[in-house]
Amino acid sequence: MSGNTHDVMVIGAGFAGMAAALFAARAGLSVAQSGVTGGIDFSTGFIDLMGVHPVAEGIRWDDPWAAVEAVSKDCPKHPYARMIRPDMEAAIGGFTDFLASQGLDYTGHADRNCRALTPVGTVKRTWRVPRTAWKGVLALESAAPTLIVDFHGLKGFSGNQLVEMRKETWPGLRTARVTFPRGSGELYPEHMAWALADPKYREKLAEAVAPHLGDAEYLGFPAVLGLIDPGRVVDHLEELTGRQVFEIPTIPPSIAGPRLRGAFDRGLPGLGVRTLSQATVTEAETVEDGFRFVVGRGGGRTEVRAKAAILATGRFFGKGLIADRHAIREAVFDLPVVQPKTREQWHNKEFFHTDGHAANASGLEVDDRFRPLGRDGRPAHKRLFAAGAILAHQDWMRMKCGAGLAITSAWRAVQGLMQGVD
Amino acid sequence: MKTMETRVLILGGGATGTGLARDLALRGVDCLLAERRDINAGASGGNHGLLHSGARYVASDAAAAVECREEGELLKRLAPQCIEDTGGLFVAVEGDDEDYIANFESMCAASAVPTRPLDLAEARHLEPALSDRLIAAYAAEDASVDPFMLSLDNLAQAVDKGARYLRNAKLAGFERDNGRIRRSIFLDQTSGERFEVEAEIVVNATGAWAGMVAALAGAHIDILYSSGSLLVTQDRLTTRVVNRLRRAADSDILVPGGTVSVLGTTSVTIDSPDLCRPTVAEADAIIDDARAMIPVLETTRYIRAYAGVRPLVLVAGAGDARSVSRNFSLIDHEKDHVDNFVTITGGKLTTYRLMAERTGDLVCAKLGVDAPCITRTEPLPASTKGEWTEPGLGPRRWIGERDGDDIILCECEMVSRKAVNQIIDGMDGQYGSSLLNSIGLRSRVGKGPCQGGFCGLRVTGHLYDEGYVSGLRGVHEMHAFTRRRWRGLRPVLWGLPLVQADLQEALYCGALDLELEADVRDDGGDL
Repeated sequence: MSGNTHDVMVIGAGFAGMAAALFAARAGLSVAQSGVTGGIDFSTGFIDLMGVHPVAEGIRWDDPWAAVEAVSKDCPKHPYARMIRPDMEAAIGGFTDFLASQGLDYTGHADRNCRALTPVGTVKRTWRVPRTAWKGVLALESAAPTLIVDFHGLKGFSGNQLVEMRKETWPGLRTARVTFPRGSGELYPEHMAWALADPKYREKLAEAVAPHLGDAEYLGFPAVLGLIDPGRVVDHLEELTGRQVFEIPTIPPSIAGPRLRGAFDRGLPGLGVRTLSQATVTEAETVEDGFRFVVGRGGGRTEVRAKAAILATGRFFGKGLIADRHAIREAVFDLPVVQPKTREQWHNKEFFHTDGHAANASGLEVDDRFRPLGRDGRPAHKRLFAAGAILAHQDWMRMKCGAGLAITSAWRAVQGLMQGVD
Repeated sequence: MKTMETRVLILGGGATGTGLARDLALRGVDCLLAERRDINAGASGGNHGLLHSGARYVASDAAAAVECREEGELLKRLAPQCIEDTGGLFVAVEGDDEDYIANFESMCAASAVPTRPLDLAEARHLEPALSDRLIAAYAAEDASVDPFMLSLDNLAQAVDKGARYLRNAKLAGFERDNGRIRRSIFLDQTSGERFEVEAEIVVNATGAWAGMVAALAGAHIDILYSSGSLLVTQDRLTTRVVNRLRRAADSDILVPGGTVSVLGTTSVTIDSPDLCRPTVAEADAIIDDARAMIPVLETTRYIRAYAGVRPLVLVAGAGDARSVSRNFSLIDHEKDHVDNFVTITGGKLTTYRLMAERTGDLVCAKLGVDAPCITRTEPLPASTKGEWTEPGLGPRRWIGERDGDDIILCECEMVSRKAVNQIIDGMDGQYGSSLLNSIGLRSRVGKGPCQGGFCGLRVTGHLYDEGYVSGLRGVHEMHAFTRRRWRGLRPVLWGLPLVQADLQEALYCGALDLELEADVRDDGGDL
């Protein structure tokens, strides 16, 4: 086992972990990061900031900042209530600037949520979308004549479903199913994206689509348009078809997640981040001057020492929280978890109940510097911070604040860390 | 209003109703089966899938024990496609009633139920999951049965012999005249239209709903609704059915079903059969009790829970649900002055054929038909309608008959697009109010570890592609399907199932906003 002492260990490789590693490295700290495939790999690629409040009433907001203000006032324990707008803007801006530097441009309206099509034909409000999805936002806003292309052999993406779901308000929406230029049988987005990295297949795709174009001004595809450089693929298809081209995310396994992960895998090492990817923390202890971690198991074990740590391990899916029949626990440090009293109260009797599920607001209580609290109500450790879905008192799935919360709380955790030790 | 005519109208599409349709059709009696929701929507789809050897009833009800033994033997011979002849064990652990154990063998002998004492090492060798604190073990002849395949095969042969059936047909009431039911009025829940059926005899085979249906006809049956919850494990834990060797109580039986095991059950009295739901408390109670018999039940992964209602017909003086007879009740409502109305309810899945036979005999006597019942000797043919309920068929077909253009929609259970189309073809155009739920009932779609999280989306997209659904209908159906799966998931949400549920909600709500757009109160076809 090799050992190095870092300024900070970031535990987790989802949105919050990636953002924390990015912000800490940019602040000049030496950073180690561990974590396995998680939430980011299942992402739509959209960056939600805040969309729904109060959840029980299903009120949707076009102005996310007004929604942040409202939730901060109504739910003073929501993590957003501990933040100010300039920090949040700086965090999300810093995050999307980094992605742009890695070839993933993001865009959105200057001051309001945009409305984006999902693969099931619903419309969700979100703050920033990949540039490759942007024309879809414009097409939906203007209800312009639009052709959705889907493919024989690509399951989980139905142009017919999109048209049926939206036809009331978007009569000019049509669909056509074409054969993908390379490969028959079952298709997977990642393979399709690799194929379309080759201009020759883009030309064949344009040829296959040409007979269906008609009066369409916009041309929508499932998100399979390139893995590393999707902007270039979209631009090329626009040239070839003479139409405004956009992507709609697919359900997992999609390429939206791998695109994001790829951007971080390419960019973080350049900032000096030591990434221990596809490995989780298996031991954690506090030592003099910080922490000692063991990452991985068996022969792949690595010991890491760090002066500070940021816990960005997510909730149940990320395995930051672990539940047995009786209680919900925090996985790395066994920190106290805010949770309903009994398992009976964890989940509502209806999956889609407007109140959501109490288990989804469970998590860590933190102080103003985003340090998790111990059993005595004081910070569990002076240099231990938390960010992202593991924070209590928020329901990112229903509030539509997942990526925004992850990124902004990571920013705040790094700020808290930079404030020094009290 | 459309009027249909038949000699015998059968209400209820569970094992008994479909079994009766087959019985009558084989006797050449014209019949029409009407089901409010879907095949096996009630107790026939909410039980262990246990073909009782009779040994469980030797102490409490010798007659039931004998019936189970006889019927179990018949079904193993006549409907082998629906049955896995696993054999069974009865085991006791430290602390169990030693008097009961001591008397078990002689009680079995009294009902001629075959059992064989095992030494404890042999029992644990046969089923390594058993506790090392066993104090007694017997081998018995229990087996597991696929109740969906059973009912679908019964109905398939009935239809082949001329019977008709309607799903999603909700009984709205009866028109009576001179002590007879003249017409039965229905609401077609697919089209929203009313229609009526004129029949010479109406048979009420609605299980737990039999009291309510009888009341519509002006007859009276007192039914106690005993809800029983069961848990499904991710893996199959034993080769054989394992019964606790004690007086019948909760959490006594672990039944293998294909690749999983089913553990149960509870007995909770509820006010209405429509309130039947598995609960968190029941899941905990089942595990806390049954782990004494099979310790790994404490730590195994559960993929879902479900519940069914036992319709227990009350007779004066009966006490709690467990002590009410599990025998069936065949009631000629002539005594209530409704001459052409018969109720068959109670009983057990194992004795469904006998229940159908006795009912068929009574119906034929009342009709003056003298054709004998032949289901005691005639094999039940396997049909294509029930085949996709079989675990493991998906992967076998996919590997065996793979077609390059086909794609897998349900990855957990390997159900392909072509299989889904075949399942839909087998529904005879009666898509009801939720095609997606009907597909789930006739196949393994939604039954794997993802519990519908991914296949629900993919099959919905496919239904739109094929034009089976339009507008918002498909998403409403997905809501109904998801709600139905959730009912069974909620009680077992800890460990990995909670991780899976977290992902599903992140996808459905976090990414797709499905809780906001479709009308979540739409009740389309929730079984």
